[in-house]
Amino acid sequence: MDQPQDRLVYDVIVIGGGVIGCAVLRELSRYRLNVLLLEREADLAEGISKANSGVIHGGFNVPPGSLKAKTNVAGLRKIYGLASELHVPHRKTGKLVIALTDDERPRLAELKEQGERSGTPGLEIVGESEIRKIEPLARGRWALYSPHTGIISPYELTIALAECARRNGARVLLEAPVGSIVCRSGLFHLGTPRGTFTAPWIVNSAGLFADEVARMAGVEDYRIFPYRGEYIITDKDPGFRLGMPLYPVPPRDDPGLGIHITPTMEGHVILGPSAEPVADKTDTATTRSVMDRLKDEAGRLMPELRGAPFIHSYSGLRPKLVDPRGRKKFRDFVIEESAVQPGWINLMGIESPGLTSAPAIAEIVAGMIGQGTDLEPKPDFDPGLPANPRFAALGDGERAARVAAGADWGEMVCRCEHVTRAEVAAAVRNPFGARTMDAVKRRARCGMGRCQGGFCTPRVVEILQEEGVPLDRITKRGGGSRLFYGRVKG
Amino acid sequence: MERVENRGVVVIGGGPAGLAAALGAKRAGAEDVLVVEREKRLGGILNQCIHDGFGLFLYNESVTGPEYAERLAEDAAREGVQFETGAMVLDLGPDRVLRVNARSGYRLIKASSVVLAMGCRERTREMIEIPGTRPAGIFTAGSAQNLVNLQNIRIGNEAVILGSGDIGLIMARRLTFEGIAVKGVFELMPWPNGLERNVRQCLMDFGIPLELSATVIEVRGRDRVESVVVAGVDEALQPVPGSEREVRCDTLLLSVGLIPENELSKRAGVEMSPLTGGAVVDETLMTSVPGIFSCGNVLQIHDVADFASHEGLEAGAAAARFARGEFAAGGKVRVTPGSNVRYALPQSLRAGTANAALNFRVTEPLRACRVSVRGRSSGRMYFRKKYGRLLPSELQKITVRPSVDEDIEVECHE
Repeated sequence: MDQPQDRLVYDVIVIGGGVIGCAVLRELSRYRLNVLLLEREADLAEGISKANSGVIHGGFNVPPGSLKAKTNVAGLRKIYGLASELHVPHRKTGKLVIALTDDERPRLAELKEQGERSGTPGLEIVGESEIRKIEPLARGRWALYSPHTGIISPYELTIALAECARRNGARVLLEAPVGSIVCRSGLFHLGTPRGTFTAPWIVNSAGLFADEVARMAGVEDYRIFPYRGEYIITDKDPGFRLGMPLYPVPPRDDPGLGIHITPTMEGHVILGPSAEPVADKTDTATTRSVMDRLKDEAGRLMPELRGAPFIHSYSGLRPKLVDPRGRKKFRDFVIEESAVQPGWINLMGIESPGLTSAPAIAEIVAGMIGQGTDLEPKPDFDPGLPANPRFAALGDGERAARVAAGADWGEMVCRCEHVTRAEVAAAVRNPFGARTMDAVKRRARCGMGRCQGGFCTPRVVEILQEEGVPLDRITKRGGGSRLFYGRVKG
Repeated sequence: MERVENRGVVVIGGGPAGLAAALGAKRAGAEDVLVVEREKRLGGILNQCIHDGFGLFLYNESVTGPEYAERLAEDAAREGVQFETGAMVLDLGPDRVLRVNARSGYRLIKASSVVLAMGCRERTREMIEIPGTRPAGIFTAGSAQNLVNLQNIRIGNEAVILGSGDIGLIMARRLTFEGIAVKGVFELMPWPNGLERNVRQCLMDFGIPLELSATVIEVRGRDRVESVVVAGVDEALQPVPGSEREVRCDTLLLSVGLIPENELSKRAGVEMSPLTGGAVVDETLMTSVPGIFSCGNVLQIHDVADFASHEGLEAGAAAARFARGEFAAGGKVRVTPGSNVRYALPQSLRAGTANAALNFRVTEPLRACRVSVRGRSSGRMYFRKKYGRLLPSELQKITVRPSVDEDIEVECHE
């Protein structure tokens, strides 16, 4: 685990280890800068970035000219190459926005025009028969087809961005919530339980908590409103193979894009999300009424889903700047250096399409810092990560070679996702020191399958202990989420 | 990777069914019998069943799960069965080629015949869709049994158990022994899902309340479970408004059903039964793919390990005969469930089969009832028997003596 070096003055400190913070960290690690990322949770991607649709957006859902549109379209041009360099599984799938009636067709035309003004490539309105050709599981009168839309795992991208940054010299500290900020002679001193860290530049990418963090620094009065989105997800073999995301025409009164259907790289299908303002920024509960609604609405776009095997439900939160009681429906991303605190960069309200926008936002941030600091590129910057294919994805020859090279590749821990002991141990030994059950699950995929950890949880608990985590320190996701209370009498 | 190892009868899974299948294959004269077991020890789920009650039918005495496993394994070893533990079959083709991964190496095996004995997995919170928060402290009963019995881990301090499956009932007693208060067992159905003897010995003897027609409708607590909301359900199994109450606990155990683990069977193209969740088999326990047999919990959920073993013995013997080429093709007749019968197994018989052993389960508790097996075209009565009481939790077995030449239906009337 990284040890804090208290008195060091960093060039830039990034607050928040979601996809935005990690993309910024990686972008800054191109330059001769001393950069640090502080994350309050026990792992990266524990907030907004762990539970969203994982869609690489085309950019037609947001108003042309907005930062949302600009960063989306710019991010779209970068993200496929970035994901390839980092070896994060992703696919350019295309996407259909489906009109079930003729009445909805003008809305498709609006979206198409909006996208074209922003620079979304390849948009096309198609009729019933083309819809079936593009995606045999889709039905509708008309659809907007976006061929450059795609899918990616948001948390895998987040972790890979941070790993790349780390290999290029950036530091990451987990369980380091910023509790106090002192601004003195052009430096920000950030107090955390793991030490006080100082830098002239701060990037506030604290997601849902970005408003509270900014307030500590006496920066402009923003307010983040959490909007909950519930999802349910099918088995990876639901009995059909959906090729691309299917969206409804966005409902006018919906703060999201409407209940959509999204395939994952592993073959699961995700339904959701709902969009509902909640009072608590940690309220990721699911509800019976929304679960029923998700199936109902998604079933209209794809009747096959009605009897599908669902293995998991969860909620994500959107960090909106839109007050649910107000009249205003749209607020743009905030990407700006504070007027009252020079050196303080706010990244606020980065909701959808933030995942796609992340690489573009990171470049904008580097540009802002470049105006006040000399950015000298490192000649040895490595933009990628080594390929790290999962055992389950290998062919017979490669599997045999792996096991011959290391017996831990021959020991299966997760029977549903075919994860080996070698992969679980590598996940436990991640360079950030994330040692929670969820951290192992996100990296190795054990517990993500149809048994939902029923069989591998006891095995992962054993391996965590063998890797030096005491039994009573094993948690689901850090904090008070302890799993056990010592030993029984035996 | 071109080299493929040729083997005789390969049994996938070394639990009560698989070990017995290997034994059955050996006793039926198979020369080469290999058991591939993914865990480090043989025995499967028996290893974590440290309570007694095993072996009553097979060995005429009551022993613990690990003792029962040891006995079966010793019997099989004595007969010359070979075992490979810590080895998992990752893939099975219709050509009976297995992909096996183990610390000793990854390899391909071509089997003369295959016995599927992979057992089952537990239904999860998600499959029954309990809304609420996602804290630590929610375990399936079997995972909890592993953690408590094999790793001596204290999984909580106050528990609620949802579902009255046998493992849940056994765990209610086990947690009580360890000083973990069990606040109640809640069962959605109006009758217990586990065996009567377990309800009596694991709940009633310890004063643990069992509430029927009730379920958990919400989990609360951000980091660790803090409480659950339980509610009564109506006849349509829907929560009754106004009946909700919060039960404080830090642990929720789920014993809400078992699912035959048939991923490999599906990979091999085996036809599945939506009624059992297992393979469709004939009277030899052969699946729709020639040379692939199925037994134990991967075929149908058993309530007694001995019965899974019994089924294993039969499947193993048939697999040995197939490996020797002693299998004749023939016309099949279908066996279907009729009124009050959830499923009947096997689902088909070779035409002309006499003394066919049929398994079935009823859909709900029945009193003073009569089970009959009727010819679908002739209306002929092949079997008839009166029962004082039949419970869905108990797998029933009957033998149909006359030879059967037409589709038959198993039914039950009060």
